[in-house]
Amino acid sequence: MLTRRRFVQSTALAGAALMVGFRLDGLPALAADEVFAPNAFIRIAPDNTVTIIGKHIEFGQGSYTGLATILAEELDADWSQIRVEAAPADAERYNNLKWGSMQGTGGSSAMANSWEQHRRAGATARATLVEAAAREWGVPASEISVERGVVSHPPSGRRSTFGELAPKAAKLTPPAQVKLKDPSQFTLVGKRVPRLDGAAKTDGSAKFTMDLALPGMLTAVIARPPRFGATVKSFDATAARQVKGVTHVVQVPSGVAVVATKFWAARKGREALRVTWDESRAETRGSEDLFKAYRALASRPATPARRDGDAAAALAGAAKVIEAVYEFPYLAHAPMEPLDAVVRLGSDACEVWAGSQVPTIDQQVVARVVGLPPAKVAIHTMLAGGSFGRRATPNGDVAGEAASIAKAVGSDKPVKLVWTREDDLQGGRYRPLYVHRLRAGLDAQGSIVGWEHRIVGQSILKGTPFEAALVKNGIDGSSVEGAANMPYAVPSITVELNTTDVGVSVLWWRSVGSTHTAYSTETFLDELAHAAGRDPLEVRRALLAKHPRHLAVLDLAAEKAGWGQPLPAGRARGIAVHESFDSVVAQVAEVTRRPDGLPKVEKVVCAVDCGTAINPDVIRAQMEGGIGFGLAGAMWSEITLVRGRAQERNFDSYRPLRIAEMPAVEVHIVASGAAPTGVGEPGVPPIAPAVANAFFHLSGQRVRRLPFARLAPAGTRTA
Amino acid sequence: MMTFQINGASRTVDVDSDVPLLWVLRDELGMTGTKYGCGVAQCGACTVHIDGRAARSCVTPAAAVPGRDVVTIEGVTGRIAQAVQAAWRQLDVAQCGYCQSGQIMSAIALLTEIPRPSDTDIDAAMSGNVCRCATYVRIRAAIHEASRTLGG
Repeated sequence: MLTRRRFVQSTALAGAALMVGFRLDGLPALAADEVFAPNAFIRIAPDNTVTIIGKHIEFGQGSYTGLATILAEELDADWSQIRVEAAPADAERYNNLKWGSMQGTGGSSAMANSWEQHRRAGATARATLVEAAAREWGVPASEISVERGVVSHPPSGRRSTFGELAPKAAKLTPPAQVKLKDPSQFTLVGKRVPRLDGAAKTDGSAKFTMDLALPGMLTAVIARPPRFGATVKSFDATAARQVKGVTHVVQVPSGVAVVATKFWAARKGREALRVTWDESRAETRGSEDLFKAYRALASRPATPARRDGDAAAALAGAAKVIEAVYEFPYLAHAPMEPLDAVVRLGSDACEVWAGSQVPTIDQQVVARVVGLPPAKVAIHTMLAGGSFGRRATPNGDVAGEAASIAKAVGSDKPVKLVWTREDDLQGGRYRPLYVHRLRAGLDAQGSIVGWEHRIVGQSILKGTPFEAALVKNGIDGSSVEGAANMPYAVPSITVELNTTDVGVSVLWWRSVGSTHTAYSTETFLDELAHAAGRDPLEVRRALLAKHPRHLAVLDLAAEKAGWGQPLPAGRARGIAVHESFDSVVAQVAEVTRRPDGLPKVEKVVCAVDCGTAINPDVIRAQMEGGIGFGLAGAMWSEITLVRGRAQERNFDSYRPLRIAEMPAVEVHIVASGAAPTGVGEPGVPPIAPAVANAFFHLSGQRVRRLPFARLAPAGTRTA
Repeated sequence: MMTFQINGASRTVDVDSDVPLLWVLRDELGMTGTKYGCGVAQCGACTVHIDGRAARSCVTPAAAVPGRDVVTIEGVTGRIAQAVQAAWRQLDVAQCGYCQSGQIMSAIALLTEIPRPSDTDIDAAMSGNVCRCATYVRIRAAIHEASRTLGG
């Protein structure tokens, strides 16, 4: 069993500068009765620090800062006294309220699910501090005010800090009912509050899982199968074991692990390892095989995801029918910190350090691997160097592998598992490859009378613990989101899904279904507008009369971008709008052409409605980052399978976006008093179609296969 | 045994000559501010200064380092470094933050050589540093801001 002392030590070792709250000086932790902890999210210590317990991971989207802002707002704390510490895995106290009984960060839901909860947590703590002061001073609570971490009684001039009141407040029972602030009283929400992790991320002190160094720790890499579904037939570790520093070579479910005292020795050991693979059940099809098969499937009826009216009849009676087929490759997430996890397995307890989006899944998976009850597996959630969905796996793959290695090694030494960049790009969990076929009918006046959209591709959720809740009537909602809820007022709409069975591992990639549905829907609509000789903005506006949020962001983006005003020769604008994760984003891209003919995105004007803007600067950063991430995928990124093997190995072949390719970005936030909605993902979907629509005006070419880089083969590209 | 000059101090380490400087820093000396991102000099997360110039430590073998002056994010000092780090904080450049040590080291090297860089200078100097969070808009702005505060 983990003792409190051991937990404190471990956390201190893991502690980033922003994870304060534990004594780092070796002195005993503060006595519990001096610390005021009225609920699971807040701890106020006599030293006047306010520690927020972050139930969501910080992997770049600003969730720690956001959670702290909400709480500090209702608490009336001073921003300088706020600290954040990662919550332990706990599906009851720290569950995502949008997910049910699971703790996790994803679906751009961190702020949306925490808003009410954290406001109440802060208001409850404030009310208890006020009550403690009222009793101490013998004055009515109604005469007490709180401002920037100081509780005061103006009539008597008495005042106390939160820290001074904490031991007294700790003895009281927090109230069951509290009054929340009127938004007009907000002093932090809606203002520019600096990120809590900003300083540690500019001086090298921020600690990621990769940076952990525990006493006696070993480092492991895994020799992984060359094709998905292959397994170890046999291996010869003679040469690997002779590499200086290699301590163990052990078989684990996903391959053969080479364990060493240091990373470089483990990597050299893996190079010396000889593994024979059983590929009898491996997936041997390549990307081109799949595109061909999917194109054929796209011409056949499939499972309905939406049926409004009779689209087939509408198309049959249309004056003009337009058809387009779109192709989307596999994509890797490629977060800058390669995948990793540290596991320390004792005789009756286990500790895991990882930057996991779903710590309670990791806890269950590791418990099963090592044969302990989940309560005996402590999860320390670390800062993560990006994720984009990759660190949210339904089977806790990375932590599970690290646990398998620790178990096979059989000592209590901590084991750090590192996926190299090559492992990351070749080891799967890709955004699935998809083919879309769209058909639409226009009447004689150019109005859209019918819309048919068919999607072919793998299911992300099938075979996972999420299947029961999220796959309905044969439709994986994540395959059709953004298409099945297409907002345009067309009288007859059919959306169908053909779910394929391929042995390549797949996963959600920042904005999930909208990574492909926004592209096909928004470029096809543009094509229809062109066919009808109408302005693409006006066509959208006319068909969105019942969607005021869409209209508002479209109008805002168009106005700020100067839609309709002349541009210099060789420059064009394209527009797109898309709803995802309950937020609506419109973008206008201004595009020129590179010497090799590829689009160059000069400027993007972005308008977002994400409800209440908790931290406008973080929202702007997420729109900028979402645009850059989406543009990387649209312009350059592609995992190409040939006979089942990924051809891209590193950032030389899996091309990321670089600084010269990043457009200027202008972000406008729609003022809103509604509850907050997502910002981590919604900036991604509109950029690719906005660029494609602009590119059409420049080139006359509709790009129906991504990435755009395919338009200029490697040998013909200019910088 | 090899002796390195790192952040102004002499450090003697028992490593093979082919071990990259990155792993000497991280695994032997516990200096983890310099990051592993690709291992093949394609992402710049491992950027340090060797004799004052930005270098990718992941492809710099240990044997090439003795006798040269290495500076990492933990030890970088001076008014240019301070201005760059202050601009990074002021504009809240970092998102996940994993690449930012390398970005900052490249930015300091750029401003040391070119006090008032153009956007083209920035593109050239920073093109080897990948940020998957795409914080590039703010990286560019922070370099201009640092240049401005330095009187560049």
